[in-house]
Amino acid sequence: MIYQSSPWPLAAVGVSLLAAVPIFLSDGRPNLREFWTLLAGITKFLLIAAMLPAVLSGQGFVFTLAEVLPGVPIQLRVDAMGIYFALVASFLWICTSLYSIGYMRALKEHDQTRYFTAFALAIAATIGVAFAANLLTLYLFYEMLSLATYPLVTHERNGEARSSGRRYLTYILGTSIGLVLPAMLITYATTGTLDFTAGGIFAGQASFATLTLLLVLFVLGFAKAAIMPMHGWLPAAMVAPTPVSSFLHGVAVVKVGVFSILRVVLHIFGPDLLRNLDLGVIITSLASVTVLVASLVALTQDNLKRRLAYSTIGQLSYMVLGAGMLSAAGMTGGLLHIAMHAFGKITLFFCAGAIYVASHKKYISEMDGLGRRMPVTYGAFLLGALSIIGMPPLGGFISKWHLLTGAIETGQIILLLVLLVSSFLNAAYFLPIVYRGFFAEAPRLATVAAVEEAPLFCLIPLVTTALVSAGLFFFPGLLLQLVRQTLAGG
Amino acid sequence: MDQLLSEIVAKYNYWIYVVLMMIGFYAMIGKRNLVKKLLGMNIFQTAIILFYVSIGGKRGAGIPIVDKHAVMLHGVDASRILNPLPHVLMLTAIVVSVSVTGVALAIMIRIHRKFGTLEEDEILEKIGQ
Amino acid sequence: MNTPNMHLYILAAPLLSAFAVNLLGRVSRAWIGPLILAALGFSTFGALLTLLRVLRDGAYRYTVGNWQAPYGIELVIDPLSALMLLLVSSVALLATCSALKSVQNELPGREHLFFTLYMILVAGLLGLVQTGDAFNLYVLLEITAITTYGLIAMGPDRAPLASFNYIIMGSIGACFYLLGVGYLYILTGTLNMADIAGILPGLNAPAAVATAFAFLMVGLWVKMALFPLHVWLPNAYSQAPTGAGVMIAPLMTKVTVYLMIRVMFSIFSPGYEFIQHAGVQSLIVWAASLAILCASSLALAQRDLRRMLTYILVAEVAYMVGGVWLANGTGMTGAILHIVNDAMMTLCLFLAAAAILYRTGSLEFDRLHGLYRRMPLTMAAFTVGALSMIGVPPTCGFFSKWYLILGAVRAGHWEFMTALLISSLINAVLFFRILELAYFQPVAGLQATTQQGSGEAPLPMLSPLLISAIALLALGFGCGPLIENVIRLALPPGFAP
Repeated sequence: MIYQSSPWPLAAVGVSLLAAVPIFLSDGRPNLREFWTLLAGITKFLLIAAMLPAVLSGQGFVFTLAEVLPGVPIQLRVDAMGIYFALVASFLWICTSLYSIGYMRALKEHDQTRYFTAFALAIAATIGVAFAANLLTLYLFYEMLSLATYPLVTHERNGEARSSGRRYLTYILGTSIGLVLPAMLITYATTGTLDFTAGGIFAGQASFATLTLLLVLFVLGFAKAAIMPMHGWLPAAMVAPTPVSSFLHGVAVVKVGVFSILRVVLHIFGPDLLRNLDLGVIITSLASVTVLVASLVALTQDNLKRRLAYSTIGQLSYMVLGAGMLSAAGMTGGLLHIAMHAFGKITLFFCAGAIYVASHKKYISEMDGLGRRMPVTYGAFLLGALSIIGMPPLGGFISKWHLLTGAIETGQIILLLVLLVSSFLNAAYFLPIVYRGFFAEAPRLATVAAVEEAPLFCLIPLVTTALVSAGLFFFPGLLLQLVRQTLAGG
Repeated sequence: MDQLLSEIVAKYNYWIYVVLMMIGFYAMIGKRNLVKKLLGMNIFQTAIILFYVSIGGKRGAGIPIVDKHAVMLHGVDASRILNPLPHVLMLTAIVVSVSVTGVALAIMIRIHRKFGTLEEDEILEKIGQ
Repeated sequence: MNTPNMHLYILAAPLLSAFAVNLLGRVSRAWIGPLILAALGFSTFGALLTLLRVLRDGAYRYTVGNWQAPYGIELVIDPLSALMLLLVSSVALLATCSALKSVQNELPGREHLFFTLYMILVAGLLGLVQTGDAFNLYVLLEITAITTYGLIAMGPDRAPLASFNYIIMGSIGACFYLLGVGYLYILTGTLNMADIAGILPGLNAPAAVATAFAFLMVGLWVKMALFPLHVWLPNAYSQAPTGAGVMIAPLMTKVTVYLMIRVMFSIFSPGYEFIQHAGVQSLIVWAASLAILCASSLALAQRDLRRMLTYILVAEVAYMVGGVWLANGTGMTGAILHIVNDAMMTLCLFLAAAAILYRTGSLEFDRLHGLYRRMPLTMAAFTVGALSMIGVPPTCGFFSKWYLILGAVRAGHWEFMTALLISSLINAVLFFRILELAYFQPVAGLQATTQQGSGEAPLPMLSPLLISAIALLALGFGCGPLIENVIRLALPPGFAP
């Protein structure tokens, strides 16, 4: 991969940063404000898409912001892995913005300006993480994301929001300052650089003990990936409005965590080094435990969003599990699942929000028979659920297939068992929701009779993402190519 | 033991300064009355001033300016004249000491006007109310 | 404008303006502001020119009154002192804009007295960072101290008592320093720093030299409030008049840290401290680590914003002392960078506290509710300052912490690294507590005792605050060039960042 210096990455990150200003100033003129949000979203996506052909042909972009530390500048770099994540995130931002507009207006939510401004900053930080050229830049945008999402998580401003916000920051800031920062420094002290390089940067400079310690610090330190025991913030963050949960905790925040771990595994340690030292087992054990425990807990949750939250925790560990397998198929599966899960989960969250908007119901036990009144929503929910479970003909099947292949390839039968058991659990906690929605008798007819399908602004995004989930089964080519390019050293 | 004793006797002035310093230090930290603290500070600073002045002393040497003619009879010879530099430095230090004392006294007047007492524990009691 | 006396003009401007302020200020209050802003503006500009000149031409020495060294007093202008000159004058300039407004509010009718002391303090600080003579250092140290005693005593209620306690502790520190200089004079017969440095290595009186060093160090540590010699600072700085606090807090302790560096490297040598007495070096880093933890924990117990900031200040001092004593170039770079960064961060936070105090009349935590709504710009700047204290990139605080922790890693002092990380986490808790308070609760009751009406802080207080917040980001992005071009030159020979 050859890199040419160009301001494109800066533009891609900066669009929504700049847009935050007019969004903030358009307080009181909601249509103008929404216009700025959507304009920024579309521009961002187009900028990223415009860089795509060059990247596919092996030509990346790099932009240095400031030479702050010797050997570690604040630098943006567009390579296959970065643009893969950026594409998914920016496309879904457009969907989320549309959905937010519908959701917030339908519920007549307060403080919408602050909401959209914080959103713009959050997506800027997400793309910044995607395009970070080294650990320092990634850390910078990672922290920026934590801070930008705080107003979103605590949007409701009541006591519950306050304590959830505190929990959120404790987990996320505590781990990034307490675990990632020392790991970064020790890495720098050992190797003199923090650049993401295919094959890793250690090259025999560090001892086995140091590498083990660093790996544990990084995997647990990126708490946004919600590896247990650093998962506690995710269910608490569900007090946020649904668009926040859907985007941030289905796509941006959690994927940033997983992306960071994958970056570290692929481009700081390097799969070969980890394989030679048998360190993959650390990653896979942490991930497997999380997968199983999260799936089991999800079964016990009656609050729909909390069930989705625990499902997310489990699914994130799928991705980390795939990376930990250190085989081509496993890592392909892990990387692919970023996109597949994103589309699937965001559909599910959109549906949860639509259900709340339409009927003000949050608990699954109250949602019997709702499917008959909201067929489109529940149809989309079914598609999203099937994708997460990993059934054909939904996109999630492809990533799960690769994960299973990877487990078989490396001869780790226990991982195969983990994947199969958890898939079964996924089905167990998703399918009854759909079944009861369509086929069960409503507890009280009156509560259901008045419910209508969700507003259009909500329906369009959720149908879009559901269809994309399905479409990715038939047309995974682009994403697959980017993933393959990443693993080949692009 | 003999040697130690002769050392102490030979440098008796420095040992006195050490004792003075300790008295001053104790007064600054241990006493509760603000005036006594200030006096302790003065004693401490004075001990240091005396220490410096002693540095300049030489055996059988004359005092600069006062003994000028007597000393100059034998030509300018540094070993026959006391070192005046520490004295001069200590003039500055005395000025500093006096200024700090002045400021401290002014502050004490203010404290007395506000609290009616110069005992630290009584003042803290009054603040606590 | 490249006169060889520029650095003295930088010192003279505030000094002369002090007299002018006292005389003209009695006639009319309107003279004070323009006079001191002009003087400090001139100083800042001059300091910038001096720094550029030093970077271009190299360090130079200046003999005052043409009395040649080592008998005359020598001023040393090298990259480090030029950097400190610029830092002191620019921080003073920014602080003064805000101080003018708050003094008008808190000490009506006595502004000319206040600013007389204030400007002499600035002149003293500017002199402190340039001097190359050990006794001259003592004199200037006491000048700054006496003016500070006076400034703090001008505050309300318990301020005179706090100032008195500061007098006692400060005098102990200064006297210890004087004693140390006395020992050095006995040993070497000279007071010029460079001269002493030349004579010391050849001496054969290790106990005496060690005693001199110990006295000098302890004296300076008392002055810079290194835990546990810090007892005077929280009371003194939090009860001082707001206008005094915004200038004293960012500068006094940092300049004293600079003095410690000067004593360690221009009088004694790195070889003496780090190699001959390696056990001491280790001990001090351990002590600094403990100091950081204790000071940060004490900060957690505070219920008043300014008091909390003073305890954080004590912890920051321990950062710098530990960084210097790590005995490697990285740690020293971190310490010097932290002098600059911490001065700016403390300035930003104290300016924000001053603005909040001006508008709401109290800095108790339970009166800070809903400030984001009422004073958005002030709180935005406060947030940047808080993030810098916690150590979040790209603010400058992150980068000095980076160098300090890296220095600890390279020196193998894991306890220092742990202390720094725990302190960052404690800072996060401390500041997010406040940000949460200011963000969440609705405006506290209807009796929000606003003395000057509600709303954003007045412009003279807001503009330096915003400038300092922007400076935090600028220092962050620009720390590479700063280290490469200035700080690298300030390290003793043989040490690299």
